Amino acid sequence: MSGASVRDDDGILAWGRVHRGRHRVAAPVWPGELEEAARASAGEGGATLARGLGRSYGDSGLNLGGGLVDMTGLDRAIAFDRAAGVLRADAGMSLDAVLRLCVPAGWFPPVTPGTKFVTLGGAVANDVHGKNHHVAGSFGRHVRRLGLWRSDRGLVECGPDTEPELFAAAVGGLGLTGIVLWVELALLRIGSAAVTVQNDRFGGLDDFFRLSDESADWPYTVAWVDTLATGENLGRGVFSRGRHAVHGPLDPHRAGGPAVPVDAPGFLLNRWTVGAFNRLYYAKPGSAFRGEQPYDPFFYPLDRLRHWNRLYGPRGFYQWQGVVPPATAKDAVQVLLGRIARSGEASFLAVLKNFGDAASPGLLSFPMVGTTLALDFPNRGGRTLALLGDLDRVVAEAGGRLYPAKDGRLPAAEFRRGYPAWRDLEDRRDPMLLSSFWRRVSQDG
Amino acid sequence: MAMADSKRILVLGATSAIAERWARLRAAQGDRLMLVGRDPAKLAVVAADLQARGAAEVLTAESDLADTESAAERFAAYVERLGGLDTVLVAYGMLGDQATAQDDVERLEHGLRANFLSAAVWCELAAGRFEKAGVGTLVAISSVAGDRGRRSNYAYGAAKAGLSAYLEGLAHRFAGTPVTVVSVRPGFVDTPMTAHVPKGGPLWATPEQVAEDIERGIAKRRAVVYTPWFWWLIMLIIRNLPRPIFDRMKI
Repeated sequence: MSGASVRDDDGILAWGRVHRGRHRVAAPVWPGELEEAARASAGEGGATLARGLGRSYGDSGLNLGGGLVDMTGLDRAIAFDRAAGVLRADAGMSLDAVLRLCVPAGWFPPVTPGTKFVTLGGAVANDVHGKNHHVAGSFGRHVRRLGLWRSDRGLVECGPDTEPELFAAAVGGLGLTGIVLWVELALLRIGSAAVTVQNDRFGGLDDFFRLSDESADWPYTVAWVDTLATGENLGRGVFSRGRHAVHGPLDPHRAGGPAVPVDAPGFLLNRWTVGAFNRLYYAKPGSAFRGEQPYDPFFYPLDRLRHWNRLYGPRGFYQWQGVVPPATAKDAVQVLLGRIARSGEASFLAVLKNFGDAASPGLLSFPMVGTTLALDFPNRGGRTLALLGDLDRVVAEAGGRLYPAKDGRLPAAEFRRGYPAWRDLEDRRDPMLLSSFWRRVSQDG
Repeated sequence: MAMADSKRILVLGATSAIAERWARLRAAQGDRLMLVGRDPAKLAVVAADLQARGAAEVLTAESDLADTESAAERFAAYVERLGGLDTVLVAYGMLGDQATAQDDVERLEHGLRANFLSAAVWCELAAGRFEKAGVGTLVAISSVAGDRGRRSNYAYGAAKAGLSAYLEGLAHRFAGTPVTVVSVRPGFVDTPMTAHVPKGGPLWATPEQVAEDIERGIAKRRAVVYTPWFWWLIMLIIRNLPRPIFDRMKI
């Protein structure tokens, strides 16, 4: 009944809050309603796109003027093998719900991004990565099977060994090669809900690369960088390593935490406030913390503040994430940080991490061996876009690529250069599925 | 996941959004559940989910609960399959449309049967069982719509008013005994039942929030649970509005 009812919604935003517009939305709550919801939201001859919890920053999770299928009502587990650690669940189930289900049974998501408010379907469609990429690779490597709905084939099952081409197109396929209906995931065994953590300040990029090399036996590593530090402080930051504690209680996280209730004024995050924050963050005792902490603050520090994206004010913000290969990484990251520091555009969140060489299973997966840098910039119009264009060129010269899920303005030429397989994805795209992002980067192809 | 204090729970209308979210809370505690509803495919989907979430066992029974023919026998059969009974949630219902109820008395009668008459029958059967056992918890979903008849939905509201009064009577009957009766009165809840209504704003609650309020209400043995709590205040005002003012309101 509700699967076919479609409402117009003007208020749907990407997480970066720069893009907004009208969609025809259908919200199925039973698996049997998916097809009806997809067709009804697409409209006659139109296209639709599955949407989860809306954490993609840019236009890859939007289909402006077209249809959207809100998948969050399909949030049920289908089967959970507690002995083998295999979970099959609807694509609309969030990692938040997966954690509540799995942690008490001694299992953990094999790969998790920096927020637990993503759906399984979104994790597949963007082939997300986490702090353990150097040992575990991307999310898609742990997916055993997918249930996909295609407008031309109906329900199809695929996996690394069944319809592998369809699987490779769906993992990291930005939701364009079929609507993910369910995901079967191999989980990671844990003996405790706590994480053993070691945080260390580092003074510059050489130290970052040295610490990364020394941390091969730590399953989780990530670094925060002070993007406003210049001169001899350029590239300083805090290096964080963690591993699941061996024994301890298996308590899942608690819900709650404060929320940002309204848009903050646009000037809140500027180079001075962020600079002051960065100096404090670098100096605070937690930056040299050693000990155990619950998994929630270690993996999901930003989830503590719901709607944190409102801090960037009514104009929103751009996230930018690129990866550069090992051969050029040191020089390229040095240049990137230098450009940012000189521009005076303040990045509140700047994350640096070395990816490992495990191949991503998806045709269009973002992670590849090398070093990745993720940044957030308040949207200040032309100045911000000019800086991002500069950063794009550095990544291009270094032979790297950019992350579509993070980026609302990734230029078409840059995307096609970074993902030469994009034409194969276009060939395998479901004709009824489309996003604003794909319309923008694949036109005139 | 079966635990020593695993409860035996009967959910009437188990595919309703509120009932399903509440059943998830109970599944995570390792309870045994019997799910009753009209659509076997939906019941199977819910049952698989609750099983995965840790329920000791999940049973299902296909039944049109608005139909009370041989209700006593059906109720006894559910209890027998469950192996006893600790808690009953009566959660099915249909919002209906006021204009349709006015134009078509058959629809009106069907709504009254679904939302009041049959619900009272199932509640009475549960009460009888708990009286004999000397203990038990009966929870039923009524509505704030039953607090005062309003032009926009008095057909639905009257049925829920009847159910609220019935539950109030049961709570009175069992006062001072270990039997608990909880009347749940949700306000606006974002569920498929209200899919056609424009949503948003602070008055709308999620079925998850309502489920948590129900759990708290049971734990505190509250006879009436407004959910979210502020509906208590809203309805207090609406019930006490002088008629000249009330009559001018388009609610």
